[in-house]
Amino acid sequence: MPKIDSGDTAWMLASSALVLLMTPGLAFFYGGMVRVKSVLNMIMMSFACIGIVSILWVLFGYSLAFKGTNPLIGDFSAVGLNGTLKSASGTLPELVFSAFQLMFAIITPALISGAIADRAKFGGWVLFTTLWVTIVYFPVAHWVFYFNDGKGGWIADRLGAFDFAGGTAVHINAGAAGLACALVLGKRRGWPKEPMRPHNLPLVLLGAGLLWFGWFGFNAGSAVAANGLAGIAFMNTQVATAAAAMAWIVTEKFRDGHCTTLGVASGAVAGLVAITPACGSVTPMGAIAIGIAAGVLCALAVGLKFRFGFDDSLDVVGIHLVGGLVGTLLIGLLASADVVGTDGLLYGGGLSQLGKQAIAAGAVLGYSFVVSYVLAQIVEKTIGFRITPEEEVNGIDTTAHAESGYDFSSTFGGAFGGGGPITKPVGVADDERSVKA
Amino acid sequence: MKLITAIIKPFKLDDVKNALESFGVHGITVSEASGYGRQKGHTEVYRGAEYTVDLVPKVRVEVLVDDGEAEDVIEVIVKSAATGRIGDGKVWSVPVDVAVRVRTGERGADAL
Repeated sequence: MPKIDSGDTAWMLASSALVLLMTPGLAFFYGGMVRVKSVLNMIMMSFACIGIVSILWVLFGYSLAFKGTNPLIGDFSAVGLNGTLKSASGTLPELVFSAFQLMFAIITPALISGAIADRAKFGGWVLFTTLWVTIVYFPVAHWVFYFNDGKGGWIADRLGAFDFAGGTAVHINAGAAGLACALVLGKRRGWPKEPMRPHNLPLVLLGAGLLWFGWFGFNAGSAVAANGLAGIAFMNTQVATAAAAMAWIVTEKFRDGHCTTLGVASGAVAGLVAITPACGSVTPMGAIAIGIAAGVLCALAVGLKFRFGFDDSLDVVGIHLVGGLVGTLLIGLLASADVVGTDGLLYGGGLSQLGKQAIAAGAVLGYSFVVSYVLAQIVEKTIGFRITPEEEVNGIDTTAHAESGYDFSSTFGGAFGGGGPITKPVGVADDERSVKA
Repeated sequence: MKLITAIIKPFKLDDVKNALESFGVHGITVSEASGYGRQKGHTEVYRGAEYTVDLVPKVRVEVLVDDGEAEDVIEVIVKSAATGRIGDGKVWSVPVDVAVRVRTGERGADAL
């Protein structure tokens, strides 16, 4: 067993914190994109993921994803993180590796929430997240991220498909689940006739900036070491994202006539998504090509929901599913032996890597879509997943959380104002108060 | 007295305000408004989807004037708000029974 490396450990601790920051970043990115009456619920869905998944991870998530010798699912040998306190994982303390992977498990369900903006019952979301990470994410992470000398997950350790940081396990997975949830919950009232444009674009751009920053931990951290490969992943992440942001706004300039801030933010995220699986297997020139492809294709893909009539509210399908597919498949063309030891098709490496990439992408897409659809139906049929029409029109922030994102009115005492102070303490019955008065 | 209401393009507000001030109007009330006229708004493309925008942003200017000045004030507003393009807006007036200055209790023309 290799010795614990303090440099690697330091970088992975920092990377874990960076990846955690992506989820609040995503919350702002999504929160700014919804209408003013749902911004808090949108942010709340992400924060709920941080809470729920962190606990499930310690209880059984890590064990189901990163233990055992079964190709499909882990075991219960590290329930409660039992036996991991003093052991090593590569050159890291095992708990450091586990903490890093936890952050991935948090953001993946949070990504789904963008597909069901404005209309998901909060309790339904809590139940769905709990079921989904357990039945979909933990197994898929096992397939894609678990290396164990040929006895790990089937995609990573047996098939030999490349997914450096989670193009399949995180992005295709969340994108397919988002599509399933959007289909089960149905369209928002008024969609697609009403524009439903973003209510706070500075918040969207702040969120995109935090995602970009945190993504260096996500991608360069996935080298699981502070080394040259981490450096390659870091540079690839930067240039692919830059290229995709520019490619998106050029595409929409031709299509819609304007370069929008929503476009530059979406393009950056599309680039980050697409380079995620590929950042450890392509050169920086290959990364620019992937970024341009992702920027153009995702910008076009966000129009699909209007053609097919599914309300993927914040384009989880158009960006994460399509971007994840672009990155995962382009590895088959653009992988470089200088980086990963295997050449892709365009470097003379033949079709075999492309075939493996397609199998990995298709397997995750199919499993995630089918199981997510069933889970969403179970939630809808039991405790209910969709809010009532009245709650939806009044706004989910006030009906589900008793708060509103912005209280600008000074005239009437704010969004809930009009009356005087409530003198009656909560829980005291009316007749008791009248006696005292 | 007459209450003159003008719905104008937002970017013409300064011109209308200055013209009314030069004419000698003592006070106006301005609010943001939205609506449509004969053209029924327009279409816009955003993020790959085309939308009809049927409620176009406008500004509503209200002026309370003496009967004798009403026609001239309407003329001043129309002249200063016109661009000659569609969506320039509308001006109308309605008779007003009572006007009171809250601070002093003055009524009628004295309250203007």
